[in-house]
Amino acid sequence: MADEVILLNFWPSIFGMRTTIALEEKGVKYEYREEEDVINNKTRLLLEMNPVHKKIPVLIHNGKPVCESIVQVQYIDEIWPEKNPFLPKDPYQRAQALFWADFIEKKVCVCGRRVWTTKGEELEAANKEFLELLKILQSELGDKPYFGGDKFGFVDTVLIGFFCWFPAYEKFGNYSMESECSELMAWGKRCMQRDSVANYLPDPERVIGYVLHLKKLFGLE
Amino acid sequence: MVDEVILLDYWPSMFGVRTRIALEEKNIKFDYIEQDLCNKSALLLEMNPVHKKIPVLIHNGKPVCESLIQVEYIDETWPRENPILPSDPYQRAQARFWGNFIDKMLPGLGKLMWGVKGEEQEAGKEFVEMLKMLESELGDRTYFGGETFGYVDIALIGFYGWFDAFEKYGNFSIEAECPKIIAWAKRCVKRDSVAKSLPDSEKVTELVPELKKKKRVG
Repeated sequence: MADEVILLNFWPSIFGMRTTIALEEKGVKYEYREEEDVINNKTRLLLEMNPVHKKIPVLIHNGKPVCESIVQVQYIDEIWPEKNPFLPKDPYQRAQALFWADFIEKKVCVCGRRVWTTKGEELEAANKEFLELLKILQSELGDKPYFGGDKFGFVDTVLIGFFCWFPAYEKFGNYSMESECSELMAWGKRCMQRDSVANYLPDPERVIGYVLHLKKLFGLE
Repeated sequence: MVDEVILLDYWPSMFGVRTRIALEEKNIKFDYIEQDLCNKSALLLEMNPVHKKIPVLIHNGKPVCESLIQVEYIDETWPRENPILPSDPYQRAQARFWGNFIDKMLPGLGKLMWGVKGEEQEAGKEFVEMLKMLESELGDRTYFGGETFGYVDIALIGFYGWFDAFEKYGNFSIEAECPKIIAWAKRCVKRDSVAKSLPDSEKVTELVPELKKKKRVG
C-alpha cells in the first residue's frame, strides 16, 4: 500500500522547515499544504488534526496525525530508517542528539521569539542572550562538519531552519552573524549544499518581509 | 563489566522523580546523590555545564541530561524489563507528544507557585485546563500507556507529589476538577517504583515557603 503523507505547514515556520527537510532527506513523497492564514483563519483539517495546540506543522501519515516538529523528525526517522538516518544507533549518542535538540527548542527558539515580541531594554537583553546561545551551539559543533559528525543528522535538521532567519536577526538586532558566529555560518552554508535544505529553506529576504509584517501587526515597529 | 549508575537529584524535583521511577522499573542499582541547589557541587557543574540543573544521570562516567531524555535512554539501554515506550513508531510519537505537552505545563506552574501575586488565579486556571486535556486523553484506560504503565505515566506522575502544594497556593481542588487524574495517580502510587520515588506531599508543601524566600533573594 502506498503511503499517504500530508504536511500542513506555514512557509516561514522554523518548525515546519525541520519536518520538510526530514521528509526530503528520506525521499518521501508527500503533499505539502500551506495554511495560508494560520493566525486568523486555521483550516478545519488543522483544527481536527491538532486539536490540542492548533499549530503547524502537522504531519498526517495515512490519515493519522503526528504533531510537534521534533517528534515528527524522530517519527520520520523510525518509519523510513534506511535512507539518511538522522539519529545515531548508539543510545548514548542518541541521548546527546536529543539533548541538543531540546536545547534548541527550549532555549534558542524561546529566546528567538522574544527578539520579535519585545522592544527597548528587553529586546537588547534578548539579542544578547540569543548570540550567547548560538555560541554555545557553535562550541558544541567544534571542528565537525555537522552536528551529526560527518553526516547531516538530527540536530542539523532541528537547527537549520534558523539559517534563513539569521539575516532578519542581524538586521533587527543590528549585528553581524558572520562576526559573532562565523563557524555556525560556515556550517549553515555547508548545509545549504544539500538539496533538501537549498530547495526548501525560504529566501531570507522573504523572511525579512514577513518579520516587518509581524512587527506592524503587533505594533512593534 | 558492572554498570555504574549515579543520579544527581533533589528530593522534591518533579523531574528527578521521572528518572528515579524509570531506574526502579528496570531494577537498576544506582547511587542517589542529593544535591544542594543553592551550592551546586563541582560534579553537577561538570556533568551538566549547559543547564547546571538536576536530574543528571551518570552512566559509567558519562552524563545524560533532561529527565524525559533520561527515561528514553534508560528504556533503550535496559530494554528487556518493563518496556517504557511502545514498540510501534506511531504510538511512540503519541507518547512523546504527550510528554512534550506535560513539559509545557511548567511555565504556568512556575507562575502559580513563584509568580507575582495575582497571577495564581490565571495560572491555576490554565493548569486545570491542561490537566483536563490529559484526563480526556487518559479516558477510561488504566494508564496513559493503556494496560501497561509507561512513558506518559512516568512523565506526569512526578507532578503528583506537588498536587497538594498546587491546590493550596492556587486555591482549587484537583479532585473536584479532574477526578480521573486523581484515580489514575492513586493507581500509579501502588507500583513500587512510584511509591519509592515520589516525595512526601506534606514535606513538599512545608518546603514551599522556604523555596519562595530563596527565589525572591536569588
